[in-house]
Amino acid sequence: MWEAKWNAFIKTFIESEGYIRVLTGLKNTALIAVIGLLIGIVIGTLIAIAAVTPKYKVAPRIFDGIGKVYVGFFRGTPMVVQLLLTYYVLLPLLGIKIDSLMVCIIVFGMNSGAYVSEIMRSGIQSVDGGQLEAARAVGLPYGTSMIKVVIPQAIKNILPTLGNEFITLIKETSVVSFVGALDLYTAFSYIGSNNYEFMVPYLVMAAIYLTLILVVTLLVRILERRMKKSDRRH
Amino acid sequence: MIDVINLQKSFGKKEVLKGVNVTIEEGEKVAIIGPSGSGKSTFLRCLNCLEDPTGGSIIFEGEDLADLKVDINKHRENIGMVFQHFNLFNNLTVKQNIMLAPVTLNKKKRAKNRRIKLYNAIFKKDKPLYAVSSLKDAKKEAEENALRLLNRIGLADKADVYPSTLSGGQKQRVAIVRALAMNPKVMLFDEPTSALDPEMVGEVLDLIKEVADEGMTMLIVTHEMGFAKNVASRVLFMDDGVIKEEGTPEQIFEHPECERLRDFLEKVL
Ligand SMILES: Nc1ncnc2c1ncn2[C@@H]1O[C@H](COP(=O)(O)OP(=O)(O)OP(=O)(O)O)[C@@H](O)[C@H]1O
Ligand SMILES: [Mg+2]
Repeated sequence: MWEAKWNAFIKTFIESEGYIRVLTGLKNTALIAVIGLLIGIVIGTLIAIAAVTPKYKVAPRIFDGIGKVYVGFFRGTPMVVQLLLTYYVLLPLLGIKIDSLMVCIIVFGMNSGAYVSEIMRSGIQSVDGGQLEAARAVGLPYGTSMIKVVIPQAIKNILPTLGNEFITLIKETSVVSFVGALDLYTAFSYIGSNNYEFMVPYLVMAAIYLTLILVVTLLVRILERRMKKSDRRH
Repeated sequence: MIDVINLQKSFGKKEVLKGVNVTIEEGEKVAIIGPSGSGKSTFLRCLNCLEDPTGGSIIFEGEDLADLKVDINKHRENIGMVFQHFNLFNNLTVKQNIMLAPVTLNKKKRAKNRRIKLYNAIFKKDKPLYAVSSLKDAKKEAEENALRLLNRIGLADKADVYPSTLSGGQKQRVAIVRALAMNPKVMLFDEPTSALDPEMVGEVLDLIKEVADEGMTMLIVTHEMGFAKNVASRVLFMDDGVIKEEGTPEQIFEHPECERLRDFLEKVL
């Protein structure tokens, strides 16, 4: 039985050019997860800085307020809902037409920003307060002190957690088909639906996701070790 | 050089500084001694507004630092600070630690110049620009200066290592030259040797003494009474948030007047 299923799979995969869809899906998954995480780190860092900035002045209080609402919304709703709302409600209302892949990248980035902000905040709080004081004491402005001294150390501390966030993003890319973007799920569904044989395609899909995530986990480990060099003696 | 007038600081309801009055003249080496919790660190940290004073004023170069509207960063460039726990930037190499502030200062000045140029262009004015070198030159200059300073403390070979690889004494000496790299007009030391192993205290005190002999104005909170005696031109005894007694080392250590100071000296000497 497996042989027939496997042959059917290979046939669609190669002859009907299913592999092109798979490669495109893989590329989209990577694009959404990587760019999404980068956007997430930028947004998350800004929100986290707003959260830890002393609130004597009005501006930090306003930014922190906006950040709290933002985080509340993106953590309080599922990614699919955010995608659907953006693609089918917000953009039509605004009369904007953008490619669904682009929408996915932006929504993933914004969603990730909410989670990264919490990660980043705990990262910032794990950096010894003397670091910021020393930076301020030599005359660096608050923002420069954060960006040059505190945030790099915070990122080092949260690298494993950021790796997890990246993995979550990779896994969540399996919902982008809801707004018509091509991903691994759409690619393998297509292959399966070609001759109604879903077992092999979905097994292969699972294997690809698993491999992807194992590789990413390994890369995070290596990166972590390299960033530890400022901790090592000699 | 620095006029401290009725300086007060409270943390919530807790009054820590209850009206400190003192004038620091240029070139003075002022040692601050006193029992734990008397407000020595808080006083020092108010001088560069790491803690915002809750009352009184600190007049430095014609401005009141206690006024929240002054550009405190500009003044901090002129007020070096050395901490008990060194606080070297862990994510930067030794050389980068020393270069960060001078290079940032250059960037800041060039950003200001851009704003002035824009202002001049829009309003047809002729506001003068700051004299400032290119970023490349500034980096080169900062690097040369950093290496010169490291050479001076015999740590040139450590320029490219991270602080975590240094001994406590080495860290503190780097922290001192990091402050020196900004050519400050005054330096504040908060118990610079208290976190060191005993065998490393000497090298740090020697460096501080060298800086003092070059004419730097400095305030040092210290428990090293011997050092205070030898280096200080004036000693302040702080107790319960005020300066209880002040004078030359000779007056303070040989002829203490108030009861609290005599008790204190008995305990520490
Ligand atoms: N950030 C803060 N919040 C609340 N209380 C503080 C804070 N910083 C200092 N204090 C309190 O202010 C008082 C004076 O502290 P300070 O550190 O100035 O004393 P000190 O003279 O430097 O003592 P030591 O010799 O132990 O360093 C202490 O009672 C301390 O608990
Ligand atoms: Mg203290």
